[in-house]
Amino acid sequence: MTAVSNDRRSRFDLRGWSGRSVSALIMVLFVLFFVIPVIWLLFAVTKSAHALTVASPFSVGSWADFVANWNQLFGFQGGAVTLWVRNSAFYTVGALVITLMVSIPAGYALALTEFRLRKALLVLTLVVMLIPSTALVLPIFLELNMVGLIGSPLSVILPMSFFPFGVYLTYIYFSTSIPRDLLAAARIDGCTEFQVFTRVALPLAAPIVALVAFFSFVQNWNNFFLPFVMLPSSDGYPIQVGLTSLLSATPAFNPSSAGSDSVQLPTLALATIVSILPVLIIFLFSQRFLVSGMTAGGTKE
Amino acid sequence: MTLAPASDQLTADARGRRRSARGGGSAPGRTRIGYVFVALYTLLALAFGIAPALYAVVLAFTNTDGGFTGFDNFIKVVTDFRFWPAVLHVAAYLVIWLIALVIFVVALALLVHALRTRWLGTSLRFVYYLPGALAGASSVLLWLFVLDPTTSPVSGLLRLMGLDSFVQVIQPGNLPFIFAIIAFWTGAGGWIVIMYGALNNISTEIMEAARIDGANAFQSALRIQLPMLRKWIAYMGVMSLAAGTQLFVEPQLLSQASNAVVPNDYSLNQLAYQYAFQQNDFNGAAAISLILLVVALLLSWVFVTRGGLFEKE
Repeated sequence: MTAVSNDRRSRFDLRGWSGRSVSALIMVLFVLFFVIPVIWLLFAVTKSAHALTVASPFSVGSWADFVANWNQLFGFQGGAVTLWVRNSAFYTVGALVITLMVSIPAGYALALTEFRLRKALLVLTLVVMLIPSTALVLPIFLELNMVGLIGSPLSVILPMSFFPFGVYLTYIYFSTSIPRDLLAAARIDGCTEFQVFTRVALPLAAPIVALVAFFSFVQNWNNFFLPFVMLPSSDGYPIQVGLTSLLSATPAFNPSSAGSDSVQLPTLALATIVSILPVLIIFLFSQRFLVSGMTAGGTKE
Repeated sequence: MTLAPASDQLTADARGRRRSARGGGSAPGRTRIGYVFVALYTLLALAFGIAPALYAVVLAFTNTDGGFTGFDNFIKVVTDFRFWPAVLHVAAYLVIWLIALVIFVVALALLVHALRTRWLGTSLRFVYYLPGALAGASSVLLWLFVLDPTTSPVSGLLRLMGLDSFVQVIQPGNLPFIFAIIAFWTGAGGWIVIMYGALNNISTEIMEAARIDGANAFQSALRIQLPMLRKWIAYMGVMSLAAGTQLFVEPQLLSQASNAVVPNDYSLNQLAYQYAFQQNDFNGAAAISLILLVVALLLSWVFVTRGGLFEKE
């Protein structure tokens, strides 16, 4: 179901003016709390460093200042930011592809086939899914350090590809939303077990594939701790970790960094926007889909 | 996501039993394809779930030469002068964050759900949810600006509270609040959306009956909606508690941005990081990671096994 439900049956009017105005006030205060930093950020990138501190926080700067900030950001360390964004895309898309190839069949198998240790694998999936992903980062580092993979792109892509939540979502979907008779009919029609999956189940599972892809992409793009630990060299940073380099080159936050390649505050603000742009775009275009996804599994009967 | 992992499992298992009871000529083929389909996932689960956890156990109970040392590593990190302050820091942050999360998320979900204008409810949920796009380092960076009175859009508010400079804002006493605010800003919207979905699932008959019995909006929220949200609130609490113990990126960036006014061993995860990368003591780092992992495992285990929390009313 979608949370954007059109039923008004369960809605109650908040009785009384005082009750209504208090609740309106609370909602508006939280709108301000959630929105002000974002709006401020959009204005900040159009200002010069001087204007940022003296002009009104919500005034527009100028196009020229925006271009100057842009040039400073992408000129930083000879184009490091472009490299970091490219790294982010590489790690995220690489992990996404492996995640989908691994999780969708696994969720299908857990839901619709029988094999030994199936239940053990399910419990493992649930337990690891509920563990914060950061809890395993240092142990994984210690393990990969032993086998000498530290610094390689694989050291972030492979751990990111292990995505029990995606398997869980797929499992829930296949065990609740696919009519078994349909699969049985396909078998009678002579489909092999593999064809039952590729020709019947998979096309029906398109929404869940999209959902797993979304969660995997957002989580991995925003992942900080894992690449921070695994990738010691600046060349390998994803943009999230690259932000720390920009931060330490910002004299306003790190006075010892004043130099030729220093970063001004509006440039740092622009870096913040650039670092989340792909995720933001996906968020904006998939709100409804997302809302239904976040409550998926929780709302089925 | 979410709901009754345990009960899902039960229904699926019951179904599985029914299926095998019916007995199928095609069962062997289905078993074979089952193995094939979970093979890669199992491999990843072993490599990045089981193996690192086991290796951390080995490291935590041995020294650099691989000799068994019993609990020496744990005693070493627990008696480290930085350990208990880090525990206190994380605990203070968790208390503030969880209280704020439960109160405000539930209140906002109820309020938005009570709205009659549909587009208004939809837009509000979207506005609350949007900051979720800025997770990790990006949101911390943005909040550095918001917390610095020289650039802050709410510098008036900061000055009103007597905070005239960035260094004053990030005094040790304020840090748990700051981290809680950042976490709330990025994370609360997702939970509001989930709670809203749960509220939509409460049967309309029940709400109708309450209204006929003369309950006003406040009473039906308190007596009907709130009790029915209980399992979701518990879920939010457990997940947030587990995630909160992992505090890392917020203090790490704040430490970097403040010339170490905020120490770089503020949280437990940072301390583990210091052990691994500053002191080259992987055994000590493994011991701290293991302590954190056991806490997370316990929370998740309680959650998976005590499915009663998630049975339908």
